[in-house]
Amino acid sequence: MAKRLDIQDLNLHYGKFHAVQDVSLQVHARGVTAFIGPSGCGKSTVLRALNRMHEVIAGARVEGKVLLDGEDVYASNVDPVQVRRTIGMVFQRANPFPTMSIRDNVVAGLKLAGEKNKKHLDEVAERSLRSANLWEEVKDRLNKPGGSLSGGQQQRLCIARAVAVQPDVLLMDEPCSALDPISTLAIEDLIAELKKDYTIVIVTHNMQQAARVSDQTAFFNLRAVGEPGQLVEIEETGKIFSNPNQKATEDYISGRFG
Amino acid sequence: MRTDTADVERPATAPTFQHIGIGRRLKNHTATGLFTVSFLVAVVPLLWVLYTLLSRGLVPMLSADWWSHSFYGLLPNDFGGGIYHALVGTIEQSFVAAVISVPLGVTVGVFLIEYGKDSRLASTATFMVDILSGLPSIVAGLFVYALWITTFGFPKSGFAVALSLVLLMLPLVVRTTETMLRIVPDDLREASYALGVPKWKTILKVVLPTSLSGILTGVMLGLARIMGETAPLLILVGYARSINFNLFSGPMASLPLTIYTERKTPTEAGDARMWGAALTLVLVIMLINLLATLISRLFAVKTK
Repeated sequence: MAKRLDIQDLNLHYGKFHAVQDVSLQVHARGVTAFIGPSGCGKSTVLRALNRMHEVIAGARVEGKVLLDGEDVYASNVDPVQVRRTIGMVFQRANPFPTMSIRDNVVAGLKLAGEKNKKHLDEVAERSLRSANLWEEVKDRLNKPGGSLSGGQQQRLCIARAVAVQPDVLLMDEPCSALDPISTLAIEDLIAELKKDYTIVIVTHNMQQAARVSDQTAFFNLRAVGEPGQLVEIEETGKIFSNPNQKATEDYISGRFG
Repeated sequence: MRTDTADVERPATAPTFQHIGIGRRLKNHTATGLFTVSFLVAVVPLLWVLYTLLSRGLVPMLSADWWSHSFYGLLPNDFGGGIYHALVGTIEQSFVAAVISVPLGVTVGVFLIEYGKDSRLASTATFMVDILSGLPSIVAGLFVYALWITTFGFPKSGFAVALSLVLLMLPLVVRTTETMLRIVPDDLREASYALGVPKWKTILKVVLPTSLSGILTGVMLGLARIMGETAPLLILVGYARSINFNLFSGPMASLPLTIYTERKTPTEAGDARMWGAALTLVLVIMLINLLATLISRLFAVKTK
């Protein structure tokens, strides 16, 4: 199930703006890779390029390769819909579908793909909600709207929804930035649980979080505002936070960033 | 126990809070007065209209025949009869207009917001819709007369009226759809794409259901608006005092046309018929507006 990602010479543009320059890195299967770096350094843009969500924005362009176990997701005969089915995503702001119940939110991916077997959908809903540590809290109100949950619960609902389609890779774009410490802890525990089965890439502004949850960490930086973001280094998380190779990384993680 | 401090020992500082000055009180009262007067000025004509309608139109409406009979065979001085023939016409004509313009308008709205973006076709369509929404209703009537009746050779009919009402309703539906789709957050579209749902299915199953309540409300309000249109009726269909269910042939009454025609009967009975029809029209439109509120509540996105 879990697959490896190879990013090769990735360059990303928004219209005329060159947002990310020459990024190459490997994301290991069954592990957590964290992207850290200052705002505007392109880490979210790189993340969105991995499942072809970058091109949804008008004027956005991609150069380079993203290989999923050796297959280029940008090859001309590849359907972006299939790529997104295989590489799931959780967003910064919890975004449950407002017209759907909690249960229907979780199985939305399957239902919209044409799955009609109610028993199967119920099973998937329970399994996904359990793996998102949300089942006990919502099992008695599965038919209530998704918007009736608290912020932290909504985010776990979105994770359950992403897990329900059984992707090979799970991308998380600052999933805890709008949550309180307790909900954050719940999601970090969940990530630790999920990495047994999934390849996870997480963008975070919280360096303690990166240190807690990830196996390897990539540090992105930009030379100046308006310049493209670049990958500074990618290393095993322990090494990045104790003895990074680059001075810029050390400055950033020790708060001496200017 | 301490005794009270003498006044002379108090520090000589001014109090933090001061009384409201006369100038400010005066301004406040003037503003309040102006708002009250404006409100009354706006509401009085409305109440007056309703009073006039009720005082003159209520009596003919109270008879049971009003909702089940037509004016067929009534002499100028005969009281009685009913508005059923005009009700049938108004409902049939506006319903057919809605059936044509809603699918068309929603499709155009979806194209403009979800697919067109900044394309040439989209900006042309927006421009056309702008022009159409400013089209005087009598011109819409003339256009249908020139095309449907003169060029294609069809007879004057209720259907011709429906066609002209389509021209008036279409821009309303397009606008409503555009506005409602625009307020659906992109987050939801992206959430759907990220699950591997194709764009067309995202629109059909996520975006449209989210904006359904707003679109339906807009449609109902559009319907209420075209029900009162009069100018195209004068050009496109003859008035009948009997019941005609057939949209495609023969003269057909409708509420505005009834008001217009009965006004020409110079008797008290004719007056009663006219005011009765006017009150009926207002009631029907009010009912539709009420229905719009109900629909918007019923289909609104639920959070509990």
